[in-house]
Parts: sequence; structure tokens; C-alpha cells
Amino acid sequence: MATLAPDRPTVAARLRRAGGRAVTGAALPALLASLVVGAIVLLTAGTNPITGYEALVRGVLLDTNLPYLAAAFAPILGMAVSFAIPLRMGEFNLGGDGQLVLGGITAAAVAMAIPSWGLAGFGVAAVAGAAAAALWAALAVPLARYGRVPVIISTLLLGFPAVSFASYLARYPLTDKGTGIPQTPRLPDAMHLPALPVSAYVNLGLVVAVLVLAAYWVVDARTGTGLQLRTLGANLRFGQYVGIDVGRRATGALAASGAVAGLTGALIVAGPPYRFIDGALVTPGYTFTGVTVALIASGRPAGLLAGSVLFTALQVGGTGMERDVGIPRQLTAIIQASVVITFVLIVAVRAYRSRTRAGAR
Amino acid sequence: MNVFTLGFVAAVLIALAPVLLAALGGALCARAGVFNIGLEGQMLLGCFTAVAVSAKTGSALLGVLAAVGAGVLTALVLAIGAIRLRADPIVLAIGTNLLAVGLTGFLLRSVLGTSGTYSSPDLAGLTRLGDTWVGSIPVLGDVFRSSSWIVVLSLLAVPALGFFLARHPAGLRLRGIGENPDAARSLGVRVSRYQQTAILVAGALCGLAGAQLALGNVQLFSEQMTAGRGWVAVVAVMLGRGRPWLVLAACVVFGAAEAFGFRLQGLGLPQQATDAAPYVITLIALLLTSAVSRRNPVPAGGTR
Repeated sequence: MATLAPDRPTVAARLRRAGGRAVTGAALPALLASLVVGAIVLLTAGTNPITGYEALVRGVLLDTNLPYLAAAFAPILGMAVSFAIPLRMGEFNLGGDGQLVLGGITAAAVAMAIPSWGLAGFGVAAVAGAAAAALWAALAVPLARYGRVPVIISTLLLGFPAVSFASYLARYPLTDKGTGIPQTPRLPDAMHLPALPVSAYVNLGLVVAVLVLAAYWVVDARTGTGLQLRTLGANLRFGQYVGIDVGRRATGALAASGAVAGLTGALIVAGPPYRFIDGALVTPGYTFTGVTVALIASGRPAGLLAGSVLFTALQVGGTGMERDVGIPRQLTAIIQASVVITFVLIVAVRAYRSRTRAGAR
Repeated sequence: MNVFTLGFVAAVLIALAPVLLAALGGALCARAGVFNIGLEGQMLLGCFTAVAVSAKTGSALLGVLAAVGAGVLTALVLAIGAIRLRADPIVLAIGTNLLAVGLTGFLLRSVLGTSGTYSSPDLAGLTRLGDTWVGSIPVLGDVFRSSSWIVVLSLLAVPALGFFLARHPAGLRLRGIGENPDAARSLGVRVSRYQQTAILVAGALCGLAGAQLALGNVQLFSEQMTAGRGWVAVVAVMLGRGRPWLVLAACVVFGAAEAFGFRLQGLGLPQQATDAAPYVITLIALLLTSAVSRRNPVPAGGTR
């Protein structure tokens, strides 16, 4: 288990050692600092930051954008939970994009095979999608055990062939002939996720995503498995010493992580426009928004929920800002990245300060 | 079908050069005990800077120099954050990789005024050696036909880094830090200074790698054009256990896979299959060599 047994504390452990308050207390300053970074980027690009941020906020609050907000929330929450599961034991699953599209394309393929089964049929398709993505993610464990490839690298590299494969399927064998667009045929009406009374864009997927978060919450806080994962994340050697089967926990955590990502992909496919379109699952950047959320929440369930709301708003606001005043929506990606960087720096500086203070006493 | 011609060797050379440059930087970091996964982002920012500066000034050389500068600047975040402030190097690197994607996408729109892909006649590419006096040398002329001077530099960097690590006092100290930082510290070696320098040199090499990719291999910038090459470089470092010649061998495997993929594409294989091939081959190579590397462990910092 060479690569699953680092000699140094994992990120999760470091973040936790910094103290719960320090971590949650660092998220807000990090966000503020990142807004300053975004303002500087806007200034250097020759735009008044106030105009930009005004448009960003307008983008969130505009009535016409609220459906997008609702539609983007479930995938971001799903990908945040997906990344958080292995993070709890100190492993990084960076292959979210690959698992997302595998889940989406598998669900689309299975749904096409059983068109008359209705919503239950889509349930089967979604489970198949989750299973395919879970298997793909879990491949990282044998690669780590027998090939010594760190999980963070194997998951990421496995993502490339998965995206290519899904793209190939959507272009050739499963393509909707006659449209000329690389996409699968529209799912039969009975398989569309029913919309909630609020809006056409808010469907059952949101409920499923929240249920997944709730399940993660229960497993993390109330079960032995959750405790074992957190123990491994805090100190892997201690975990091994007390007899936790690291290989089994890693396999389980990565499979669960992949399953959540695959399920997220399936849910996207069953929402408007009800098909798998090549690139449509990857381009919005759900995966790395989820990574950002999970990192600053350090995998804590409540943090995942709050962070997902905030970052969905940021992303949707960015799209609105682009349409409104023509500032590229990538500004939100810059802010997101700055949040990760400043957050980890703030945690480090606080840990350093508390170390020196303890030393002085 | 005869794919193993001099033309194939030439194609392998330009496919491997960007990965090799980044991997040599990664190897330097690994030997100094730093696990550097920020290579991808530094390379991507190098690509963009090279193209932007070359397009604005009409000089490929200025583009290359600016790309090196951009690589170093990006690496500075990692050098200061991870070594001086002791923040987590992995999360920091994820952050800078993400920043590179956002920043290059943003600047592509706001500075070059386009989205997706930028290419323009204003863009000065790197001179292909085949168009110079090198082209008239019998065999070498064919091999380096489509290479730039950066490709030659990347190959020369292998023995240079090998010599540095094996013979030069600073290289020996650097390796000592990687093996046991506490022992090195007790001997009076400034550990963090060596580690920071290694990260910054890796940043410079990644910038150079980006310049070669965007001005040498092709002459354009497109969003996320590095497409995982920085991560393949990280794997090459592991495959080669941080030893320059072995890292070169690993990069040749990747370069050959990419060049071979292009050939197969010409024979009608779908693009998606050839796109995926280098990553699959890289992972398989890593698995196959693990039996060997079990006996010779990866230097400290090479794995997590």
C-alpha cells in the first residue's frame, strides 16, 4: 500500500489539526481575498470591477437566471459529495469528469435499450450509470496497490480515456442520426425526471442530490465506516495499527465517490434537454466547482451544502455577467481557484502562528 | 505500412519535448523531496503567454522568454506557499492548475478577443530546424526537420540534469535533502532554499514546455491545450524514479504513443481512440514497471 500510506499527515488531517473554527473561519476570508483577486484581474483587463461584480450579482438575482441556478445546484452538490468521500480518508479523486460522463452515457445507453419501462426504467439506467462510474473510479485502488500510482494521478489519467470513450459513443454508435450534433436521442417522455412545482428546471434530481448528501452525512457522522474513514484521514498509520483494512476502505470510498459522480451524470441526462450531449457535462465545470467546495468544507457535510449554494450562485452569476456586460465567465473560475489557494494559505499561516505561540509558552 | 521511418522519429521528438521539459522539472523537485503536481497549470500559462506575447510583438523569442517568466511566476505561488508557509503542496497545486485554466480562458477573451482557439498570421512561430542549415545534414536533418531549438535544448537538458544530480555539489546536496531533510538541515544545508529553487526551475522548464507546445508543435492557443501533458510528466517522473535518463525513456514512450496515434488516425481510426491512447499506455507502462521499481524505491517525495 505504498501510495496509500503517506509518511506525512494528509490534507484532511492538516485542515482538522488547524482546528474546526480555523477551517470554517478561513473560508470567509479566503472568499473575500479571492474577490479582491478577481477585482485585480478585472482592473488589469481594463474593466471597472464594480461594474463586473454588479453584473455578477444581477446575474444571480435576475428572475430569468433563477432556473439555471436551480439546474446547476444539483450537479455541483453531487460532485462536491463525490470529491468529499475519499477526501475524508485523505485521498483525492480528480477524475470526476470521466466518472460524470461515464455515468451519463451509460444511463443514456441503458435507457435507450428499455424505452418502455418509464421512470422505473430510468432508475435502472441511473443505477447502471452509477455502477459503471464506480468501477472506473475503483480502478485507482489496484493501480495504487500494485502499480504504486498515487490515486490523485490515476483517477485524473483514467478520466481522459473515459471522456474520449463517451465522446466516441455519442458521435458514432449511440448518436441521434440526422441531427449532425454529437448527442444521443432524446429520452422517452416517461423517463424525464418530473419537475418540482417550483420551476421546469427544478426536478427530482435536486431531491436525489440532497438525499445523497443526507446519506453521506449519516455515514460520515453516525457509522463505523465514517469513523474509520476519518481516522485514516487523520492518521493513516494509526488507522492501520488499530486494524482498519485500508485497501477495503479505499476501494469502498473510491467506488462510492465514482458512484455519486456517475449518478450525477445520469441525473443531468434525465433533465432538460433530456439527452447526453458530447461536452455538455464537462464544459460547465461541475467537477472542479465541486472540488473547490469540498476542499474549503474539508469534506464536512454542512459545509458541502453551504458551499454548493454559494458556488452555484457564483457560477450562474458569471454566466449572467458574461451575457450582460461581456466580461468572460471564466472570471468565476479565477475566483474559484483563488479561493482554494488563499484558503489553504490562510489555514497554513494560522497553523504556523498557533505553533509558534505554543512554542513561546 | 511502415511507420518507423525517420519521419516517425521526428514526430516522436516533437511530441515528447514538452512532456520531457516539464518532467525534468518534476524530477528535480522529486529529488529535492517536493511532490510537484502543478506542472500542468504552469505549462498551460506558458502556452498562453508565449502565444499572446508572440502575437503582440511578432517575436517568437520574446514569447518564449515571457512564457518562462509566466511559468516561474506561477511556480512562485507553490514555492512560497508550500515551502515557506508550509501549506499543503497538493491542494496548492490543484489551485494553481485551476487558476491557469480560468486565467488563460479569461485572458483569451479579454486580451486576444476570441474564445476556444486563437491563431493568427501575426503569430510568430518557432523556426523549424529543417528550414535552417541543420536541414542539409543527412540523417539528423530529417530527424530534427520539424523540431525547434527548444526540442534540442530539452534533449541536452537530460545529460545536464544527470550530471548536476550525480556530480555537482549543489545537486548532491539537493538529493540529500530529498533523502533526509532533517539530516541535511543538521549539516547546515538551507533545505527550504533548495526546495524553493527546484520548484522555480521546474516552473521555468514548464513555461518553456508551454512555449514549445504552442509555438513549436503548433502555432495557436486553445483552451486547455496542455490536455493532461503536465500530469503525464508527473507520471514520467515516477516511472523514471526521478532519474533524468529514465525520465527521458518514459517520455519517449508517451511521445511514441502520441505520434503513433496520429498515424493510426490517418488510417481511419476514430480520433477519440487515438486521443485516449497516450494516457492508457502511460498507466499500463506504470503498472508494468512497478515490479522493477519495487526493488528500487522512488525517492522521497516521489509518491504521496
